[in-house]
Amino acid sequence: MTLQTDLDSDASANVAADLPEDADQWTAKLRHAAVEALPPQRLMPDRQPAYVASWIYVFGVLTLAALAVVILTGMVLAVFGPTWWHVSSVGLFVNSLHLWSVEVFFFAMIVHLWGKFFMAAWRGRRRATWITGVVCFVVSVGAAFTGYLSQQNFDSQWISTQAKDGINSTGAGAIFNVTNFGQMLMWHIMLLPLVVVLLVGVHVLLVRRRGVVPPFADHPEMGSERPADNRPPANAEEKG
Amino acid sequence: MQVLGAVLGSLLGSLINLNGSGHYVHWGFIQISVANLVLIGLMVLVFIAAILLPFRRHGGSDQ
Repeated sequence: MTLQTDLDSDASANVAADLPEDADQWTAKLRHAAVEALPPQRLMPDRQPAYVASWIYVFGVLTLAALAVVILTGMVLAVFGPTWWHVSSVGLFVNSLHLWSVEVFFFAMIVHLWGKFFMAAWRGRRRATWITGVVCFVVSVGAAFTGYLSQQNFDSQWISTQAKDGINSTGAGAIFNVTNFGQMLMWHIMLLPLVVVLLVGVHVLLVRRRGVVPPFADHPEMGSERPADNRPPANAEEKG
Repeated sequence: MQVLGAVLGSLLGSLINLNGSGHYVHWGFIQISVANLVLIGLMVLVFIAAILLPFRRHGGSDQ
């Protein structure tokens, strides 16, 4: 089959996906539901509501940026291993980048949390956005904790032996053994990052779907806080 | 690189003694390290600054 024929068959396949007789297929239903819930102009908007022009709205994306550095430096640490990050100068630098990006991550996330708490960001059908953010914060604490246990130094030994009593007092010590390095490392580099990234993804998609919560003063009535047609108010827009 | 690290290390060490044991604040049943207390104070300051400081707007359609 020639390249042109391949392209033609691909194009005809795309057209065939929207044929009326295929409308009851689960792929078509899922696609239509996804496009309806998150149309491209909502996922990547050109404009934001005017009230977003405040420094307090910066800390969410700052948290995302810090998370990206955390993940990238963590991947580099995973490639080279503990001897490298404890001994070589470049390893120590990347290890420090990993630590300090976590510090920035939590710093920005807490300021973001305070800002959203005091503007009651769960208003107007935004409960799921708030809840995913809170759960993400709690899971991130666990990810940071298992990271301290994975340092492979005296600090991690001290933290694990101190923490085991606390974990044991909850009854979870039998299945979550903080002195088991292999288990803690797997939680730190596999399970918890996966949960954090998934939650952050859902959180950001919910922000795009429901929009950024308006301030109290501009929208005193509950009804006006609801994103009725998936678009920000036409009279409150500013170039992003 | 090592010289720079030594200079920065000695400079930082002259400001803050990082070799000793940590300093803690005791307030009733609350016990918190000075480092964490300073960090919380910084977060409060940044939070207040983020609310009060003006944000430069882009474009002309700021309605």
